[in-house]
Amino acid sequence: MTTSDLTLPQAEEKVKGDGGAGTDGRGSRRRVLGAGKQLHAGPVTYVVLVVFAMVSLAPLLWTAIAASRNDQRLAQTPPPLWFGGNLFKNMQAAWDQAGLGTAMLNSTIVAGTITIGTVVFSTLAGFAFAKLRFRFSSTLLLLTIGTMMIPPQLAVVPLYLWMSDLHWANHLPTVILPTLVTAFGTFFMRQYLVQALPTELIEAARVDGANSLRVVWHVVFPAARPAMAVLGLLTFVMAWNDFLWPIIALNQQNPTVQVALNSLGTGYVPDQAVIMAGALLGTLPLLIAFLLFGKQIVGGIMNGAIKG
Amino acid sequence: MTSSKQALAQPAPSADAAPGSKPGAAGGAHGRGTPPPGSSSWRSRLYRWDMKASPYAFIAPFFIIFGAFGLIPLLYTAWYSLHDVQLASLDHQTWAGLDNYKNLWSSDFFWNALKNTFTIGLISTVPQLLMAIAIAHLLNYRLRGSTVWRVVMLTPYATSVAAATLVFTLLYSWDGGMINWLLHFVGVDPINWRESDWGSQFAVSSIVIWRWTGYNALIYLAAMQAIPTDLYESAALDGANRWQQFRHVTIPMLRPTILFTVVVSTIGATQLFGEPLLFGGLSGSKGGSGHQFQTLGLYMYDQGWIIGNLGKASAIAWSMFLILLIVAVINLLLTRRLRKSQ
Repeated sequence: MTTSDLTLPQAEEKVKGDGGAGTDGRGSRRRVLGAGKQLHAGPVTYVVLVVFAMVSLAPLLWTAIAASRNDQRLAQTPPPLWFGGNLFKNMQAAWDQAGLGTAMLNSTIVAGTITIGTVVFSTLAGFAFAKLRFRFSSTLLLLTIGTMMIPPQLAVVPLYLWMSDLHWANHLPTVILPTLVTAFGTFFMRQYLVQALPTELIEAARVDGANSLRVVWHVVFPAARPAMAVLGLLTFVMAWNDFLWPIIALNQQNPTVQVALNSLGTGYVPDQAVIMAGALLGTLPLLIAFLLFGKQIVGGIMNGAIKG
Repeated sequence: MTSSKQALAQPAPSADAAPGSKPGAAGGAHGRGTPPPGSSSWRSRLYRWDMKASPYAFIAPFFIIFGAFGLIPLLYTAWYSLHDVQLASLDHQTWAGLDNYKNLWSSDFFWNALKNTFTIGLISTVPQLLMAIAIAHLLNYRLRGSTVWRVVMLTPYATSVAAATLVFTLLYSWDGGMINWLLHFVGVDPINWRESDWGSQFAVSSIVIWRWTGYNALIYLAAMQAIPTDLYESAALDGANRWQQFRHVTIPMLRPTILFTVVVSTIGATQLFGEPLLFGGLSGSKGGSGHQFQTLGLYMYDQGWIIGNLGKASAIAWSMFLILLIVAVINLLLTRRLRKSQ
C-alpha cells in the first residue's frame, strides 16, 4: 500500500509539472518538502514523544518501585523514587491476601476460553459475511454491528437472576458464556477476509469437492491466521480486564484477577505497598504478552482501523 | 496472483456444466462449483444442502449466544424494571408498574450520576482524542525506531484496569501522593483528589485518558497513513505550511475516523465502571463520600447489588439505554449535517 502511495503522486506530479524543471520524480519530490509523511522527525518531535512515552511508562515503573518499598515509606514525602528491598515479600503478601493464585488461574481460564471462542466464532461468521452469499446477509451484518451499541449493563440483572436460579453463581462458565462472541470480532474478521481470502481459492476447493467444513479448515483458517492472532490478543486483553459482570457473578472465594484486586483495594487495613505488588502481579501476564506481541497488536489495531 | 488461482481452478471436472463457477465471478450460492461427477444423488443433495445451510451455520453461534445472553436479557431487564425485585428475596417479584422509574427520576442521586457520567465523559474523551491526534501526527513523521514508539504509546492499554486505578489512586493520595508532591514544586497547594468534586472527576478521567490515548493515536495514525501523499504535495505547491497542511488536509481527511472514535469513546464513557469503583476505595460503589464521582454504571451496581434493589437497577439500565439511543440519534443527525456541509 505504501508503494502505491509513493509512486502515484509522482506520476501526477509529472503531469502537473511546472515548466519541465522537475520532470523526474525525485526533482519534484524535493521541491515539495513540506509534504506530510515524507518528513523526517525533528528534535522537537523526539522531545515531545519522549515526554509522552515517559507519561505512558512512568506509572508502571512507579508501581514496581512502590511495590518494592514498605507502607511507612510510601506515606512519607517525598515519595520514593527508587527501588527498595521488599518486592518479593510484598508480592507474597498480595498473593496470599487477595488469593491471587486462584484469581490468576481463573482469569487465565476465563480469558483463554473467551479468546478461543471469540476467535473461532468470529472467523466463521466473518467468513460467511465476507465471502458467502445468503439471504438477508447484509441485514444480518448490520444487525451484528448494531449490537455493539448495547451496553452490557442491560443484561446484567436477568443474567444474575437466572444464574442464581441455576445455582451457577460463582462458577466460571457464568462469566465465560455471555462474552463468548463479540460483534467487534465478527466485523473485524469480515473486514480482513474480504481482502485477504481470494474467492477463487474457495471455489477451487469447492470444485475439488470440499464441503464447507473442509473449506473452513483448509482454506479459511490458514488465510485468516494473522488476523486471528491479532483478534485473539485484543480479546484476551479485553476479557482479562472485564470488570462489571465478573464482580457481580463471582464472589471473593472464586475471583478473577480484577475482582481480587478490587477486594485488595477495599481492604480495611490497606497496606499500599502490598496493594501495589498485587497490581503489578495482576497486570504482569498482560505486560508479558504485550512485550512478546506488542508489534502484532499495534499492527492489528492499525489494520482494523484502516479497513473499518 | 489471480492467474495462478485461475490455473488452480482450471482442471474443474465440471466447468462446462456450471458456467457460474467461473473463477472470480462469485456467482450465487449454487454457482460455486458442482459436486464431482459420479457422486450419488443423495451426496449431491447433501452437497447442495451444505452450500445453502453453511452460511447460516457459521453465523449461528454469534446470534444464538448474543440472543441468549444479550438480547433476551435486555427484554427481561425491561420486564424486571417494572417489578419490585429485591436481592434478599429473589422469589418474590411483584408488579410495580412505573414505580421504579418514578422513584428513579425523582431521585437526586440519579441526576447526579447522569451529570457525573456526562462531565467525566467529556473531560476524559475530549483531551484524550486531541492528544491522540497530536501523537498520531508526530508518529506519522519518519521516525527512528517507529515500532518501538508505537508499542510504548500502547503500553497503558495493556495494563489491567484494576492495577492502573490502584496505582493512580496512590499517586493522587492526599498526603505523600506523588502528584501533590510534584504540584508543591510549582507552588500549588495540595489538592484533595478524592474528596473534591472536580478533583476526583479529573483524577478518574486521567486514568481513562492514560489508558486509551495511545490506542486512539494508533487508530488516527492508521487513517493518516491512508491519506494520499499527493494531497499534501499539492497543498505544499499552493504554499501551505505544515500547520496549514495539518489543518486543511489531515483533519478533513480524518473526519470519518474522528467520528468513529468519538462514537466509540462515548459508548465507553457511558459505561464507565471499574475506574471510579476502585478509585473510591471503601466508598467505591457510592462514587466517593459525597457521590462526587458516582457514574450511572456505579449507581446501577450500588442500587442493585449493594442496596439490593434489582428492580431499580433494571430501571437504571434501561434509562441508560434510552440515553444512549438519544445520543446515537443526535450523532446521526450531526453526521448528516456534516456530510451535507462538506
